[in-house]
Amino acid sequence: MTACFNEMFEGGSVRPPYARLQDWMAAMPAELRQMKQAEAESLFRRIGITFAVYGEGGDPDRLIPFDMFPRVFSAGEWARLERGIKQRARALNAFLVDVYGRGEILRAGRIPSRLVYQNEAYEQAVAGFVPPRGVYSHIVGIDLVRTGPEDFFVLEDNCRTPSGVSYMLENREIMMRMFPDLFRENRIEPVDSYPEKLRRTLASVAPAKCDREPTVVILTPGHFNSAYYEHSFLADLMGVELVEGQDLFVEGEFVFMRTTEGPKRVDVIYRRIDDAFIDPLCFRPDSMLGVPGLMDVYRSGGVSICSAPGAGVADDKAVYTFVPEMIRFYLGEEPILQNVPTWQCGKAEDLKYVLSHLPELVVKEVHGSGGYGMLVGPKSTVDQVETFRAKILANPSNYIAQPTLALSTTPTFVAEGVAPRHVDLRPYCLVGERIELVPGGLTRVALTEGSLVVNSSQGGGVKDTWVLAE
Amino acid sequence: MLSRTADNLFWIARYIERAETAARLLEVGARMALIPSAAGYRNEWDSLLSASGTADGFARKYGDPVQRNLESWLFFDRDNPSSVASCITAARENGRIVRTALTTQAWDALNTAFQELRTLERQPRSALELSRLTEWTMRHAALVRGTIDATLLRNDGWDFLNLGFYLERADNTARLMDVKYYVLLPKVEFVGSGLDNFQWTTLLRAMSAHRAFHWAYGGEVTAGKIAHFLILNTQCPRSLITCAEGMMTHLERLARGYHRRTAAQEAARNLLSKLAELRVEDIFDEGLHEFLTRFIREVGELGAVVHDSYLHGDVR
Repeated sequence: MTACFNEMFEGGSVRPPYARLQDWMAAMPAELRQMKQAEAESLFRRIGITFAVYGEGGDPDRLIPFDMFPRVFSAGEWARLERGIKQRARALNAFLVDVYGRGEILRAGRIPSRLVYQNEAYEQAVAGFVPPRGVYSHIVGIDLVRTGPEDFFVLEDNCRTPSGVSYMLENREIMMRMFPDLFRENRIEPVDSYPEKLRRTLASVAPAKCDREPTVVILTPGHFNSAYYEHSFLADLMGVELVEGQDLFVEGEFVFMRTTEGPKRVDVIYRRIDDAFIDPLCFRPDSMLGVPGLMDVYRSGGVSICSAPGAGVADDKAVYTFVPEMIRFYLGEEPILQNVPTWQCGKAEDLKYVLSHLPELVVKEVHGSGGYGMLVGPKSTVDQVETFRAKILANPSNYIAQPTLALSTTPTFVAEGVAPRHVDLRPYCLVGERIELVPGGLTRVALTEGSLVVNSSQGGGVKDTWVLAE
Repeated sequence: MLSRTADNLFWIARYIERAETAARLLEVGARMALIPSAAGYRNEWDSLLSASGTADGFARKYGDPVQRNLESWLFFDRDNPSSVASCITAARENGRIVRTALTTQAWDALNTAFQELRTLERQPRSALELSRLTEWTMRHAALVRGTIDATLLRNDGWDFLNLGFYLERADNTARLMDVKYYVLLPKVEFVGSGLDNFQWTTLLRAMSAHRAFHWAYGGEVTAGKIAHFLILNTQCPRSLITCAEGMMTHLERLARGYHRRTAAQEAARNLLSKLAELRVEDIFDEGLHEFLTRFIREVGELGAVVHDSYLHGDVR
């Protein structure tokens, strides 16, 4: 664990992407830094960006700590990441079209059928339906970690409604306001075209029956949702309405929203609610969030839903293991980004390995999130490991295990000055008429020394993420 | 605009206005309580509760109407949906929902009021003078109104906000005047006495209209002049006719903007034209209390028509 990759310092010298940050860092006395930090905080409060990323819950008015030290990628590093991310997004969508169609990859025996057809996220209701342009997942959030100059691993794919992109945009906005000189000295690719690209992506998948400039809306569960800020932020930047289920209704072959001027037809719905809540007639009769009859309109080509219902089957932790297979099967390419080797505790063989190597592994619940209910072997006491062993034995198929990766670190402002802290990365890939990726993403940082858990509920913060121009 | 968004904007304004009224009621009550009480008077605090329309809730929770309890009830109590705290919280929550339909400044004003409220709630009550609470409320209501007026686009959202302000204010002015009715009800012979005038003056003060009244009328303070000022004078910013004009203006703007007239324009025009033809003598002939009760009902009905025409979203 001691030999983890530092993205700025390598063997006593500064890696080129960070070259200009050396002076900036040195010219920042503690008082100035504290002043800037306070300024950043008041800016975040003022714009009201207070929410929990990744649906971790907690106080909706909570601020996530913002670290001012940027995380930097060179043009070359990013070019490779971009290829890898786009490749993965293409394969995941091809997989979704396939498993809701003929299921070729299953017939070919490359992925076990039960993993797909018996998956909770598999929506029988859309089998046989091909969404516009064959896209199920329009915004693919791919969580990445780095262990060396060339070594990136995918931790998980998010094919439904990945959140956090408002942080990517606001972090940049605030850095540009506070440190304009940095942006003059470094040639940093802008990310502010994201909302416009998102709008174009959504408009490009308008349904068959739409014969005019499509009307796009964002569907939110409401203002009590922890990501409500992000929903309203994106609606504002895209210039589209932010609707709740109660604002929409189905009449005839179309969906309408209730406006002060009467009903207005809606063509594309970027939904930020789960499949189960989209349409009480089709999924959960007790849901108050959805729109009765919406799925009928969807299946008859009267409205597009993004991401498409059923997309979740591609980002399941068990299906994850097979993404490299998908890339080979559908694209005939070798995966550019690697998966983290994963042991399924449900398999006897894997379980045996896991139990005999617990102190060196990370063990997670299959459906867990937010960094809870996991064991980080090397960071745990003997007692903790033994307690967890009992939990695994009680319900093995509920757990997967991965090797403890030596996550890369980047310099981060801490009480004593600047120190290395572990980071991850979530870029947001847009899939519509084209596949696009803005140069940047959300970098999360574990602010506690030595910690590998970047979740905001467990002391994680966020950073601005730079991609340098050639 | 989404009907729900319009509804949220409408209610931001109503809640802010309502918070201010709760504070003004407290002020009226506190001033009236300073006059020595005489046999035949109802308890002034009682009358105040009746006017606020929350007497039942108060009686259930506190029983005796003593000043300290009234302060709790009208300012801090979340069980009272019309308390200052409830209204400011509700206004800010409505604002948060339609955050992007507001300017940064308007949101800031709403949010600051809410954050300061939370600070006030944490302070020991003995350290909080009543006058400080009422001034605080009026200052923040003014900030919200001012930022909306100075920074918002003059679009349909602005009209719905103003509609909310005027509608709520019409209702509230009528209710504040009704306090006077409750105070004096048992003894009609007090009308025109020195005490009577003191109470009318208190009412003017509570509406921050004391000086304005003297500018407009001069001389003796009489019930007739005050009723004229608060009901029929278009110069008075809180008079019923000013509010009716305001509602008319914004409903007309909506009809023009949307190229569509609704029942709301007609209802507002009715309300306004009836007021415009009225003389103060007519009001006293009908009975002030009867007139105000009827007016409050009519404003309520107008609110329902506005809701059906714009905020419900089922209009075709």
